[in-house]
Amino acid sequence: MSQTPEPFATYLDEISHRGRTMLLPALHKATELYGWVSQDVQEQISRALRVPAAEVHGVVEFYSMFYQQPTAKRVIRVCEDPACSAGGASAVLHELEAQLSIQVGETTADGSVTLEAVTCLGMCEHAPCALDANKPAGMLDPQSVSAFLAGELPEPVGMPYGNPLWILQRVGKVDPTSLADYLAMGGYQGLQKAIAQTPEALLEQLDASGVLGRGGAQFPTGRKWRMVRQAAGTPQNKHVVVNADESEPGTFKDRYLLEEDPFALIEATTLASYVIGAQQGWIFVRGEYPRAVARLQNAIDQARAAGWLGKNILGQKGFDFDIELRVGAGAYICGEETALFEAIEGKRGFPRIKPPFPVTHGLFHQPTAINNVETLVAALAVINVGLDAWKAVGTEKSPGTKLFCVSGHVAKPGVYELPFASTLADLLALAGGVANGRQLQAVLMGGAAGAFVAPHQLDLRLTYEDTRAANVPLGSGVVMVFDDSVDLRQVLYELARFFKHESCGKCFPCQLGSQRQYEILDRLAHHTPYTQDLQTLGNIGYTMTKTSLCGLGQTATSAISSAVRLWPHLLNENATH
Amino acid sequence: MANEITIKIDGNAVTVPAGTIVVDAAKRIGNDVPVFCYHPKMEPVGMCRVCLVEMGMPRVDRETRQPVLKADGTPEIDWMPKLVTGCTERVRPGMEIRTNSEKVKTARQEILEFLLTSHPLDCPICDKGGECPLQNLTIQHGPGNSRFLVNEKFHLDKHVPLGDLIYLDRERCIQCARCIRFQEDLADDPVLGFDERGRATQIVTFSEPGFDSYFSGNTTDICPVGALTTADFRFGARAWEMQNSASICNACPVGCNTHLNTRRDGLSGNFAIKRVMPRQNEQVNELWICDKGRFGHHFATSPDRLSVPQIRKKGQLVQATWDEALSLIAEKMQAAGSSIAGIAGERLANEDLFTFRKLIEGQGGKIAAFPGEMAGGDWVQQVGIAAGSNLSELGGDSVIVVVANDLEESAPIWWMRVHQAVEKKGATLDKSKASLIVLNARPTKAEGSANYAIHYAYGEETATVQALLRAAQGNSVENETLTAAGKAIANAKNLVVFLGNEGLDYADSAALAQACANLLIETGHVGKPNNGLIAVWNKGNTQGAWDMGLRPLAGTTANFVGKSKFIWTAAADPIGDKQTLPEDTFLVVSELFETATSRRADVVLPVQSFAEREGTYTSGERRVQRFYPAVPARGESRPDWLIFSHVQVRVGQIDKAPVSTSVVFSQMSKEISLYNGLNYRALAQTQEQFPQIMGEDKYYGGTAFENSAGLGVQVRTSADLGQKPASRSVSSRSAIDGLTAVLTQKLYDRGTLLMRSYLLHPRLALPVAHLHAETAAMLGVADGEDVQVQVAGQKGKYTVCVSEDTPQNVVLLPNSVGALNFVGAQPAEVVKIAETVGA
Ligand SMILES: Cc1cc2nc3c(=O)[nH]c(=O)nc-3n(C[C@H](O)[C@H](O)[C@H](O)COP(=O)(O)O)c2cc1C
Ligand code: SF4
Ligand code: SF4
Ligand code: SF4
Ligand code: FES
Repeated sequence: MSQTPEPFATYLDEISHRGRTMLLPALHKATELYGWVSQDVQEQISRALRVPAAEVHGVVEFYSMFYQQPTAKRVIRVCEDPACSAGGASAVLHELEAQLSIQVGETTADGSVTLEAVTCLGMCEHAPCALDANKPAGMLDPQSVSAFLAGELPEPVGMPYGNPLWILQRVGKVDPTSLADYLAMGGYQGLQKAIAQTPEALLEQLDASGVLGRGGAQFPTGRKWRMVRQAAGTPQNKHVVVNADESEPGTFKDRYLLEEDPFALIEATTLASYVIGAQQGWIFVRGEYPRAVARLQNAIDQARAAGWLGKNILGQKGFDFDIELRVGAGAYICGEETALFEAIEGKRGFPRIKPPFPVTHGLFHQPTAINNVETLVAALAVINVGLDAWKAVGTEKSPGTKLFCVSGHVAKPGVYELPFASTLADLLALAGGVANGRQLQAVLMGGAAGAFVAPHQLDLRLTYEDTRAANVPLGSGVVMVFDDSVDLRQVLYELARFFKHESCGKCFPCQLGSQRQYEILDRLAHHTPYTQDLQTLGNIGYTMTKTSLCGLGQTATSAISSAVRLWPHLLNENATH
Repeated sequence: MANEITIKIDGNAVTVPAGTIVVDAAKRIGNDVPVFCYHPKMEPVGMCRVCLVEMGMPRVDRETRQPVLKADGTPEIDWMPKLVTGCTERVRPGMEIRTNSEKVKTARQEILEFLLTSHPLDCPICDKGGECPLQNLTIQHGPGNSRFLVNEKFHLDKHVPLGDLIYLDRERCIQCARCIRFQEDLADDPVLGFDERGRATQIVTFSEPGFDSYFSGNTTDICPVGALTTADFRFGARAWEMQNSASICNACPVGCNTHLNTRRDGLSGNFAIKRVMPRQNEQVNELWICDKGRFGHHFATSPDRLSVPQIRKKGQLVQATWDEALSLIAEKMQAAGSSIAGIAGERLANEDLFTFRKLIEGQGGKIAAFPGEMAGGDWVQQVGIAAGSNLSELGGDSVIVVVANDLEESAPIWWMRVHQAVEKKGATLDKSKASLIVLNARPTKAEGSANYAIHYAYGEETATVQALLRAAQGNSVENETLTAAGKAIANAKNLVVFLGNEGLDYADSAALAQACANLLIETGHVGKPNNGLIAVWNKGNTQGAWDMGLRPLAGTTANFVGKSKFIWTAAADPIGDKQTLPEDTFLVVSELFETATSRRADVVLPVQSFAEREGTYTSGERRVQRFYPAVPARGESRPDWLIFSHVQVRVGQIDKAPVSTSVVFSQMSKEISLYNGLNYRALAQTQEQFPQIMGEDKYYGGTAFENSAGLGVQVRTSADLGQKPASRSVSSRSAIDGLTAVLTQKLYDRGTLLMRSYLLHPRLALPVAHLHAETAAMLGVADGEDVQVQVAGQKGKYTVCVSEDTPQNVVLLPNSVGALNFVGAQPAEVVKIAETVGA
């Protein structure tokens, strides 16, 4: 009891009637107040939300950003995944260790700062990047560390590139904290246009627009919405869930929209709710996006106050819709749609078995349309620019535009919106080519769960049909560029480390396979590999891909095995015994 | 079954109820699809991936919506490109499954190989050696030799105590979550959970004391890889070195079917019970037993057991021969004429009780069951839960009433089954939930699952049940919850009442039993399966005692024995229970252990424990069940019934003692009309049960034993036999004034038998006096303070525990903790120890 000042008890009283779904918010609140979640606090939460103590504990342990041990309120998180690592993250970390006189994972003697090396923070275009509590920083190097610690570095701001800018229409131009500014720049015209039409008519346009899910699985969005619309259930019990977990290493496109045009996401989600006939909206944002969280919450509040959320939206009787924000806490798996539902429900982010699918059994086992941020805003863009204009760019099978997250060794890393027909070479040229006059070594496409391409494959057209044929996942649009200074073995090691860290552990092939893969790549990158390692890696890949429960395990070996195919010598060299 | 579906598994057709899981369907035709995380009693989670199968569905023509047929007229099957988990798929019409294709075999082998590389392979020292699912599975399906290197194995802590009863070997754990899910969904004690994630995931307990659950031992049975072991059995013996015998737990009225694993100890040559395991009886305990049944057996093989007859000579009890002892008893008995009293403990077997009654009544004496504090056995004989009932069948059309007892503390497995009926968190085809009405003066665990919970004041039990009946008859009563509960009963097809006696003396208990009987009779819930009364007796064979024609002692022992010149107590310790016996009487005690009563006796006779002999017990659901000898008799001890028979011979009642227990039983079943037609052979019959747990694949149901020794017979009530019971008017009392003491039942009490299980000592109930904060304040005592509680002339020392759950003006005391012993709700005084010392 001793540790609990009134604010937390009061907070628990306020939320207690909602039960288990408030577990994540409660843990965030506790972390905000105390820096960590003591056993005592866990027990209070357990009582207030009627969740068994063992499960509160299990949820705390599941997320990287919650702590059971005394931890500073100020946690400095430095990304050490490929883009940042290739940009010099380890030198930054060493300098931080030296200046704070602690090792990674430790808290300073005065308890004021905890230092952590973490997985991708979604700011790859500013590599190497870090979060100082809630304040983002980028382009770090050992020289800038003292300014970083003093809080003197400006927060990095990403610039959108490309043409036409339909999805990123307002990004970088609009004041993301102002509804008035949003409205002044054409905001909510799409929704107004939409509600003059029937949901059925809108669904037809969506089908025709060819918009596929942009969270990775490429499921036709119109079809998904129609399935939820037709699923048994009342609008009160149907959900639209926005997947803003964006934790795939190399992905940061959604962050641009969340931070720089949050009202667009709210409008797009409201549009989805109209088409589907769903009254409950949720946005699940990763915990490493504090700036996005603040701007989204502000936008939701303003939209609600102005009647853009709530009852009888736009004066249409029965058009009721509201959005609740949920913040993750450091778990890549929570981007997997069913794990995300579990997280909102206050459980460990374990993926569920499918079927049943979310369209009938989603959040709270009710019909749910879950979509990626970009998908929703793209659907809104279709309405805004009109179906004809949308289909006029791209290819027949991949109409419209797509966001690409270009990071690594290019002159101008950032988010690029391009029509689908562009080639990888076009994109790299737009990004200023390989920086510092070095040679291109490899491009990682689709993220950690993606695949590598070699310099000779740059004429690949970035469309669904071409990438599928080339067996290169477009995924979430990751294009991570490595020049010839990089040791690819280290990159592969980092990818393996990522999956080992992020495997949720629910199913055995992935829990163990990700560990084994990591051990092998550790040997490869830092020690002496065994001769049979290559074969074992192949077996692991086979088993994980074939038998894992969810997409994480099924794709956790894909980038690494693509590298093995492209550059067999990488693993064969200096193998012994 | 209303809705059956036929599917094909490896070409063989099987017809099963709609909703059946594919691996269960396969099991029915003898196809053991390997499973680890799936357990047939729990909802599937699809975690371990070892059950992968190929699944196909008939191709349907899009236009005609008709199945597409091949040339030979059989349907064209579309096989899914990916393997599916057989434990999460439910049968669908036309479905086809392949469990043996190359694709399936390869995937299965890969997964097993994965499992093995992380498994310590310390089979030679593993407790599950010989009955390890993983071992069996690997031999059958696994890869010949592992391509993974042994030195890659993860090294983890192998001896993690999850509390003092269960150990976890983290290296063996495959994180299948069976243990977590069992605790959460079936046992209703969600005290286990996952820690961390990914490969670091591990099982942790989060309760104080660790793994705080009466059901914890079951997790060691269902853990598919031997990662969980009991502190009792750890490294105790290898599965193949042990002998097995079927038994029945007699520690509470549930009557769980068990299996005793015994082994001869190398040095001493004595036999020891190495462990008690559940034995499948889907109508009684399914695959489970509680920890009292599992760990409470140590008394049977305790070195403190009495082993020779003793006779008092010159004031001292000295060793004697049986002949001397029995002759002396016969002589004294005959000398006493009809001034004879028999006191029969309610844990005796039916054969003992029957013979004891014959002996005592044959001499013109009187006999009573001890402690005999609860009424209702006669009502159970008339309107008890009907023959053919199964608590697992209770669903949406059923109402369960729990009155005046704390079901989990008194009869854990009943609670577990009621919980499942009400919550349906475990696997079941019928997901509709029964409604639960809990009537008690205080909150109990059952209340957490109750649809209607009503707190009466002690004394108002009968009135409350009467009001419930009025409500069920459509009258509205003062209390809204009662009105609603009554409505639920009025709409229910099935009604089961669990009757207890918390806070009731015998007369009040009789009134409550009658009120409950009235409720069942008046609402038409008697004489049909899944309806009727279940008495939550405080002893294991109380119903047997009623059925054997013994009447409960119902009051003080002194009152019952009066001035009897000859008294025989069997399995009863009245003096230890704060009762008195006359000084000038000849006292015979037949017992397992020395007791307060035996120290006063003129003759002490050593008896055999349940593990050394055979016999029958009758459960609270009136199932007559056999137990079998498992270990040789201790010393010269004899079974109780044989001792009584020998005396019968000596006093001339019979010519010679029956040659076996079964002969006693046959005689008994002729005389006791409700048992007519029963015999040992009938009780030993079995039939196929679902889930089928027999066979090599222990990974499926766990290591619970299959039942080859008999399912017992649930005897019929008079209502089952067509006699129409009539309800009788009953008068009720009102609430009691002033500070009132009530004893509450605790599973881990400090009784003579349980005290011999040292393992449980840390968990035994303590002398704690529960008081409401306001009552404590009024009495001027504080939490943690030592007080003296005085009830009915007895004084006992207790520590105060202030709890919101205690009604005001009541002091709740755990039963049988070596302090006060009384019945009913009694006026009490509570004073600080300091004050009593000062005074
Ligand atoms: C391990 C894993 C992580 C994922 N992470 C994300 C994510 O961060 N954001 C996202 O939109 N989709 C993610 N997905 C895909 C979602 O499961 C889901 O397909 C998507 O949200 C559907 O939206 P869409 O149809 O708009 O793409 C992930 C999938 C897996 C297997
Ligand atoms: S594949 Fe990996 S992330 Fe997915 S459920 Fe299995 S362990 Fe969890
Ligand atoms: S301890 Fe056993 S039952 Fe529990 S998760 Fe591990 S393997 Fe499964
Ligand atoms: S529930 Fe009762 S009969 Fe069953 S094991 Fe426990 S004490 Fe024994
Ligand atoms: S996944 Fe089916 S038994 Fe584990």
